[in-house]
Amino acid sequence: MASWPILSVTTFLPLVGVLFLMALRGDDEAAKRNARWVALWTTLVTFALSLMLVWRFDPSTADFQFVEKARWLGGYASYHMGVDGISLPLIILTTAIMPFCIIASWESVQKRVKEYMIAFLVLETLMIGTFSALDLVLFYLFFEAGLIPMFLIIGIWGGTRRVYASFKFFLYTLAGSVLMLLAIMAMYWNAGTTDIPALMKHGFPHGLQTWAWLAFFASFAVKMPMWPVHTWLPDAHVEAPTAGSVILAAILLKMGGYGFLRFSLPMFPLASADFAPLVFALSVVAIIYTSLVALMQEDIKKLIAYSSVAHMGFVTMGIFAVTSQGVGGGIFQMVSHGIVSGALFLCVGVVYDRMHTREIAAYGGLVERMPLYAAAFMVFTMANVGLPGTSGFVGEFLTLIGTFKINIPVATLATLGVILSAAYALWLYRKVIFGKLEKPSLINIQDLNYREIVVLAPLVVLTILFGVYPKPVLDMSSVSVEALIANYNQAVGGKKTAAIQFLVRD
Amino acid sequence: MYQAIVFLPLIGCLIAGLFGRVIGPRPSELVTTLLLFASMVLSWIALAQVGFGHHDERIVLMNWMTSGNLKVDWALRIDTLTTVMLVVVTTVSALVHLYSIGYMHEDPHRPRFFAYLSLFTFAMLALVTADNLAQLFFGWEGVGLASYLLIGFWYHKPEANAAAIKAFVVNRVGDFGFAIGIFAIFMMTGSIDFDIIFAQAPALVGKTINFFGWQADALTLICLFLFMGAMGKSAQFLLHTWLPDAMEGPTPVSALIHAATMVTAGVFMVARLSPLFELAPTAQTVVIFFGATTALFAATIGLVQNDIKRIVAYSTCSQLGYMFVAMGVGAYSVGMYHLFTHAFFKALLFLGSGSVIHAMHHEQDIRHMGGLKSKIPFTYWMMVIGTLALTGFPFTAGYFSKDAIIEAAYAGKNPMAIYGFVCTVAAALLTSFYSWRLIFKTFHGKPHDHHHYDGAHESPYVMLVPLGALAAGSILAGWPFYEYFAGHHVADFFRASLTFAQGNTILDDMHHVPKAVVFTPTVMMALGFLLAYQFYIRRPDIPVSLAQQHSVLYRFLLNKWYFDELYDFIFVRPAKWLGYTLWKRGDGWLIDGFGPDGVSARVLDVTRNVVRLQTGYLYHYAFSMLIGAALLITWFMFAGAH
Repeated sequence: MASWPILSVTTFLPLVGVLFLMALRGDDEAAKRNARWVALWTTLVTFALSLMLVWRFDPSTADFQFVEKARWLGGYASYHMGVDGISLPLIILTTAIMPFCIIASWESVQKRVKEYMIAFLVLETLMIGTFSALDLVLFYLFFEAGLIPMFLIIGIWGGTRRVYASFKFFLYTLAGSVLMLLAIMAMYWNAGTTDIPALMKHGFPHGLQTWAWLAFFASFAVKMPMWPVHTWLPDAHVEAPTAGSVILAAILLKMGGYGFLRFSLPMFPLASADFAPLVFALSVVAIIYTSLVALMQEDIKKLIAYSSVAHMGFVTMGIFAVTSQGVGGGIFQMVSHGIVSGALFLCVGVVYDRMHTREIAAYGGLVERMPLYAAAFMVFTMANVGLPGTSGFVGEFLTLIGTFKINIPVATLATLGVILSAAYALWLYRKVIFGKLEKPSLINIQDLNYREIVVLAPLVVLTILFGVYPKPVLDMSSVSVEALIANYNQAVGGKKTAAIQFLVRD
Repeated sequence: MYQAIVFLPLIGCLIAGLFGRVIGPRPSELVTTLLLFASMVLSWIALAQVGFGHHDERIVLMNWMTSGNLKVDWALRIDTLTTVMLVVVTTVSALVHLYSIGYMHEDPHRPRFFAYLSLFTFAMLALVTADNLAQLFFGWEGVGLASYLLIGFWYHKPEANAAAIKAFVVNRVGDFGFAIGIFAIFMMTGSIDFDIIFAQAPALVGKTINFFGWQADALTLICLFLFMGAMGKSAQFLLHTWLPDAMEGPTPVSALIHAATMVTAGVFMVARLSPLFELAPTAQTVVIFFGATTALFAATIGLVQNDIKRIVAYSTCSQLGYMFVAMGVGAYSVGMYHLFTHAFFKALLFLGSGSVIHAMHHEQDIRHMGGLKSKIPFTYWMMVIGTLALTGFPFTAGYFSKDAIIEAAYAGKNPMAIYGFVCTVAAALLTSFYSWRLIFKTFHGKPHDHHHYDGAHESPYVMLVPLGALAAGSILAGWPFYEYFAGHHVADFFRASLTFAQGNTILDDMHHVPKAVVFTPTVMMALGFLLAYQFYIRRPDIPVSLAQQHSVLYRFLLNKWYFDELYDFIFVRPAKWLGYTLWKRGDGWLIDGFGPDGVSARVLDVTRNVVRLQTGYLYHYAFSMLIGAALLITWFMFAGAH
């Protein structure tokens, strides 16, 4: 085990970068350049550190690892951190995506560069913290505080309707989090602790589980986002700067899925079983409804945003199927979607930087001038469609095969999504990339520059690598997933036998 | 060696795709073509080793996915069924690569084209060597991707783009069924490995799956869903609409993908899963029904089309129907036989058409052709050989395989088999008619477009050699292989790669059908030839007046039974309408209207009226939300806790 608190260092390292940034003075080109480099190096070092977590991680146990615990808030809560196979993939995803965001903002952000970078680095700390916190209060703090930098990123560096979008985002997520806070209080009154591992073993009464599940659900469903509380997402994406969209799609959405896995299933298994049909219904509606809506979008980012909602539908469906393939596939789908949707938003950013429009109709025939771009965009489009051989397939396939065993109609209807996703994704590709290059504004558009190649190439590699060899992610999480499922089945099964005995005694 | 067969095309694809712009078009062409020829030679060796030398093998490359009890490997399953497909795929692909060097020589994007061709070949090889359903699905969708890319190769043509998307999406409809079939198999057997599924299949007889309240027989349901995938890929009735449109792609692509290899993947799949289909007679009935219907239906459309490639495309559709009839009656090896011979003569017909199109400077309408026989004699004779084989002229390859299917359909015990027999016989007549119509209108008579006619020239050798090779195959693929596919050596040749259930004596029965049945297809072939001769050589006025007299029927056939219009009306428009409505009414009016926008408006109203303070409005509505929600939940929680 590490003799130094590697997890805390990883979590708070971005704040060190923030300190450096704060020390920067002036608003000239040099200061901007320094700010960018400081931010980039900070995220790179953080990423390297997080790889050390992978290196030292023992995938053969479901226990929390790299655990750090300290008294905090006079003993009412504690500073308790640790990771298992469910949170580690998401932490790596976070640290891996961050450098791409910084590079993607290199030239497109010219206004208040220092503050922009600070917001991103603070956000990184909060996101890693969310995934590694093992105390409810600590988790809540990270989880909610993450709202603020994101709110600022959209509200300050966003597009023309940024104020509307950021308020919508804020309103939705705030509504959810208030309910969660109340549930946390109730849990503390009942269990007398806010320690997550302890709460997992606590066994809440069924009535409390029901209400607490609903309260947590309100928060996670908004984050995910699930239908019908998804309408903030397209607006937020459209108005957010490119890197903001990437973070939003790649990581912030995953907090909802993570929440279901960390809280809803282990702490409220009975309620989860009760409400699984509800989640299934909402997931299926999300997959079909948002795919249909995506078909009709005129804005590239909105189309991808709606497709994100559909893809998250597979995650929630898989998680609440509570089978190895469902949950494992759900986690994989989150990682894969993080890579693919992040890459898609980066692709949109590439042409947005050149043309300053996201109207699908403003493009057409880009392959003529931008063959490299077209090739990269094709890979991500296919991953979005779920083509086998790309990472998108593995997640969809596993969640569907895992759900089919539990609920045939749900899995069957969800599979309809594969037809619709092909329709909207290929339609988008055709409108933007194929066709004749006729628009005068596009005549001189440039292909990817080195900076953009550096950003997109690793994502192309990862998309295909995880498509043919998803084992690293699946193996990392498998033991934790099995343990989660075993506990869940025990709780739900125990309840069932008790109910049967009760009936017999009567 | 088997790894080399599968991965050499991928290497070629990567070289041409990644470095094509650096190394230039000619090296890209040579590298991909040479690698494909190497792969082809190895495939023939493999066929000799496995088919005749009885060396089955299973090679595990690496683990793909492991999740709970689901374990999926990347593995190569080498048995006779696989090697027959390996030979078909690599041979046609190698010849098509070679041919394309000539056909595409003016195209600026040749490295990309050859990369796609090799990518397709790799995916197809992955498909036929699959050892489990997931890998089969990988190849299945991989060829779909390559097909999409190649149909849309000329991306500046709007029709090509539309056809490419249509091909992908219609195939996805089939894949939807395929995927459900895989999920259901996993649910019932806990595995998707062929060996395990096949071993467990007999135990599934009589089990049911509750499918939307319908207690369906498990095997029937599984087979029907899997067959839905086959219908999409093999362009069977109802899911056939993409194939004719796919002709927008370059002609070598049509020969390789939409005639010889990819579209036969559905037939291969049914053959591969014969242990399941043998146990699901109801599913077999459905297979015969769709196969027979397609055979006849596509042939009727082929009668009146005017685009040379579309005629051949409908012919492909129809011939695939024949193969499914054979699969449905349980004569798997016979269906594979037709797949094998069809690959040669249909690729020949497509490449021959390509040679015609090349000669005519990209004119595809046979009404503008005529009299080309003297201008491009080699192509003419090759096309005639292809047509003879397709129509089943005695002792050509098609004669053996097609007649075998018709005999098997007659001998079949399935109640639907007789329908299969009637349809395939009728289709034989139509096939002969439209094939000769194509030959007569293209090569005989007087030229209709003198400008193109005068400029017509024979294609270069690089295109003619593949034609010659395929023509040889169109004759030689028949008789020498008869005993192995439809005669006495089937059991010895295919061994465990095909399963014939106890009591399935079709391969024996088909040799004992009445003499009249044996001669029927040949009679039909002759009749069709004579009719076409009468209509298009002796009395060219007849078809014109017939079309005028029966204009409704004529337009019905010319417009392909109005399937495109029908689907547009039933699926495409409603989906668009629904999408738009859900977006504007659902998201915009309902959710946002009563959700955030509505709430904020109400909160603003309230604050305006009650508080009348000029602070920032975020705090107002955030706090109102907070307090209201807090009260509500506190109440619920305490009420619920007690």
